[in-house]
Amino acid sequence: MNDTSRAGGAASLDVSIASKDYHSARGSPRRALEDLRLTLPAGQAGAVVGPSGCGKTTLLRLIAGLDKDYVGTIVLPEHGRLGMVFQEPRLLPWRSVIDNIRIAAPHAREDDIAALLDELGLAEHASHFPRELSLGLARRVALARALAVKPDLLLLDEPLVSLDAALAKDLREMIARLIDERRITTLIVTHDLAEAIALADRIFLLSPRPARVVATLDVPTPRRALEREMAEKLETQARDALAVARAGPQQEKH
Amino acid sequence: MIRLVSLTALLLLWQFGAWLSDPRRLPGPAAVFEKVYEEALSGALFSNLAITLARVIAAFALAMSFGAAIGYVMGRNKLADRLLDPWLVTLLNLPALVVIVLAYVWAGLTEVAAIGAVALNKLPNAIVVVREGARALDPHLEDMAHVFRFSPTARFKHLVLPQLAPYLAAATRSGLSLVWKIVLVVELLGRSNGVGFEINMAFQLFDMKLLLAYALPFVALMLGVETFLVQPLERHVSRWRRGVSRRLDRV
Repeated sequence: MNDTSRAGGAASLDVSIASKDYHSARGSPRRALEDLRLTLPAGQAGAVVGPSGCGKTTLLRLIAGLDKDYVGTIVLPEHGRLGMVFQEPRLLPWRSVIDNIRIAAPHAREDDIAALLDELGLAEHASHFPRELSLGLARRVALARALAVKPDLLLLDEPLVSLDAALAKDLREMIARLIDERRITTLIVTHDLAEAIALADRIFLLSPRPARVVATLDVPTPRRALEREMAEKLETQARDALAVARAGPQQEKH
Repeated sequence: MIRLVSLTALLLLWQFGAWLSDPRRLPGPAAVFEKVYEEALSGALFSNLAITLARVIAAFALAMSFGAAIGYVMGRNKLADRLLDPWLVTLLNLPALVVIVLAYVWAGLTEVAAIGAVALNKLPNAIVVVREGARALDPHLEDMAHVFRFSPTARFKHLVLPQLAPYLAAATRSGLSLVWKIVLVVELLGRSNGVGFEINMAFQLFDMKLLLAYALPFVALMLGVETFLVQPLERHVSRWRRGVSRRLDRV
């Protein structure tokens, strides 16, 4: 039994999943998530960090309403308007960059879309088709599309994966600036702790399957003022928590 | 240019064949074109071509619209697929002639029976092609449309139709050539006008000039439809691929 509802008052994200099972081809169920709880206050950015294959993307799919086969409740921010950047940009290949944004955000004003394209450095690519873009540019288009709908909740699935170091740094800084300026409630899924520290106000560390939150770390803000030492300390703290989680079942630390 | 050379070679081969054989069995191009001119002057050629073309269009439109709808449902819904698949296999393996004869026996020698029989022969082909297209729809794009709350109209227009376009184009191309061939058989067996009827008359009279005078203009007409309608349509729906390759060439 599941329930996805929208918060009436404060725009926060509240996830409480008792269980999420997958059924293999042979019919035997495999538990992906168990007793997973996380709360993200309005306007904050959260990062879900965990080992590969632990169920991070599964969690994001449940929050996005793409999979309703779970036991638990998910309370979305008020209005529940979602913007999402998938791992693969998932643009319509037969439509230009600007049309991809217009189609996903039919109520957006033309000058808002133009300003967004400009802000993300996409203005000169507006009439290009997705196949003409590099992965980095396509991710930026996907980000512009997600922002164009003026989301109450922004979901980012491994937004920097498969990019080279320089491109990843550029995009990370761009995402950090955009979510800081707009104060959109944002949930980022990543396997990279450094990326989580750079982007999130709160980090949720997941155990291996079945995934649950084993530790929640609050990142001091503003992040730009974060000292290297502090960042390293946070990273060590998170690595320790993940190592403990791998070793065996633990209660959540905060 | 190559097409023109190829066509000229075909005409020369025909003329050469006519010289070698009895002109009653294989008249030369000049004799046939003269007959075409005669039939055109009398108006019979144009009226028969128009009647046959109207039947082709009606049967094709019927088969494509029902075939696309049924194929889409079968491609998207497993229960519908399992339920309708035996019917589809039966239709696919039913000889065209059997369908035509049954239609004439059950519904009489009428226009409805003629067009219905042709449409029924093309229907399974359209279903199979569109079903494959519907099965191949990208689930990742569907997830994206779900997250961004595409309306049903936007989903159909921007997601489903562009992905089905190559399959619809393939069904159109193979369908047109199949339909016009079956229309001629239907006219030959049970209609009193149209190109198929005239070909039957020519056969009864052993008039090869008349037979070719009707067959060739109709082939030319269908070639025209293919060249000036189907191919431009196909280019239009896949223009985004061409746009990409052109721009990449320039880089």
